[in-house]
Amino acid sequence: MALRTVFSRRTLASLRSGLSSSVTPTGTRSLVTFSLPDLPYDYGALEPAISGEIMQLHHQKHHQTYVTNYNKALEQLEEASNKGDAPAVVKLQSAIKFNGGGHINHSIFWQNLAPVHEGGGEPPKGSLGWAIDEHFGSLEALVSKMNAEGAALQGSGWVWLGLDKELKKLVVDTTPNQDPLVTKGPLIPLIGIDVWEHAYYLQYKNVRPDYLKNIWKVISWKNASKVYEKECP
Amino acid sequence: MGWVSTHAHFLGNSGLLSSNDCASNLNLKTLLPPRLRSSRVRSGEARKVVAFHGLRRPPYKLDALEPYMSQKMVEMHWGEYQRAYVEGLNKQLEKNNILYGCTMDELVTVTYNNGNPLPEFNNAAQVWNHDFFWESMQPGGGDIPKQGLLQQIEKDFGSFLDFREQFIEAALSLFGSGWVWLVLKRQKKKLEVVKTSNAITPLVWDDIPILALDVWEHAYYPDYKNDRSSYVNAFLDHLVSWNVATGRMIRAEAFVNLGEPTIPVA
Repeated sequence: MALRTVFSRRTLASLRSGLSSSVTPTGTRSLVTFSLPDLPYDYGALEPAISGEIMQLHHQKHHQTYVTNYNKALEQLEEASNKGDAPAVVKLQSAIKFNGGGHINHSIFWQNLAPVHEGGGEPPKGSLGWAIDEHFGSLEALVSKMNAEGAALQGSGWVWLGLDKELKKLVVDTTPNQDPLVTKGPLIPLIGIDVWEHAYYLQYKNVRPDYLKNIWKVISWKNASKVYEKECP
Repeated sequence: MGWVSTHAHFLGNSGLLSSNDCASNLNLKTLLPPRLRSSRVRSGEARKVVAFHGLRRPPYKLDALEPYMSQKMVEMHWGEYQRAYVEGLNKQLEKNNILYGCTMDELVTVTYNNGNPLPEFNNAAQVWNHDFFWESMQPGGGDIPKQGLLQQIEKDFGSFLDFREQFIEAALSLFGSGWVWLVLKRQKKKLEVVKTSNAITPLVWDDIPILALDVWEHAYYPDYKNDRSSYVNAFLDHLVSWNVATGRMIRAEAFVNLGEPTIPVA
């Protein structure tokens, strides 16, 4: 099933917050479980920048695994905290951080990509465009900075363009593994690029810089501007 | 300390490295006063470097691990991915004469710098790790170890199946990129399963690796996609070389006393 055009308002609303959730009652306390958000475009819609094969595996396998394991970890957490089992609670933290982070990050990722015919790759206009010119000099400077940091990242992680909520300025940062951007400070993610090998290996092999160069053709600055304008009206 | 000042004097004048020996260069680096060190680097009379590290071939043909590792994947992993690390390392060594002449082992431990890795560490350690990894496998591998190694595993893990379970669990619970090792711990004098992130290797803790499994995504993605579990099982069932592990264990026993010798009663 490659067609993904049906997009409910509920999923849209919850996606804006980066999570897709549904409340399912289990016993007296209801545990919130998360589900895989739909992509707002076909798997093949981002070609040739990102192949349909990668998009399908990335979404259906990797992201789904994070969601499944996140739900499992949350269930185990509830059980452990109800029992007052402190060691078990603490032991679960890394699984929650990893899988929860994976779910958060990928939900953001799908939103900040768009097919070319839906504005993917179009440079930012309005206040975000000006903020970029102010903080980085130009869009090209920002892109090369993010590409450099993304290429230099050892192992697995993400490279971000974020907005510092308190200082109201744009920052470029990286996070290792699946750590979400919030772990680096009061930062709101505007653009996130997955530099785990699974995000590009089948198409770009080990040439991560080529992947980074090409992904900008399908980055949705429209989405980033929306998030930015919400914080800095 | 007269020896040191003679050397320092010589280096200060000629600007040349006095020897090809990595170890003695390293000693000099810590003993030389900063002024002389920098003057040597700035002198511009860098000697022409003639040999660096090469890409070592695995001890089998690149298609020998089929169908558990396709030839295409091995070619990508060894020929492109590892080669990039080797070339990156050589490029770094061009600029940093201090490390030139070191063996791979020395490079790894020195550039680890006690937990504050130098930029060369990533390349050096990954070259070392990958060489070790290819040698940890053989066509027609798998099965179980024999005799001494099996006894040691049973002693330290309870049973071979317990070891296997621990190994698989470590591989599946490793978040991100890294390696899973069967390692002989020098201090504890026992075998353990250890997982490390990114390029870290048990060498940096002065332990003795016996086997390694690469669980970076590039190591299995083309053949297995995100199914790390099948990859780990294929490694343990069909690829791991217990022959090599036994050889490494025998060598390790020259450095680690694994137990009291059985002294026959007269």
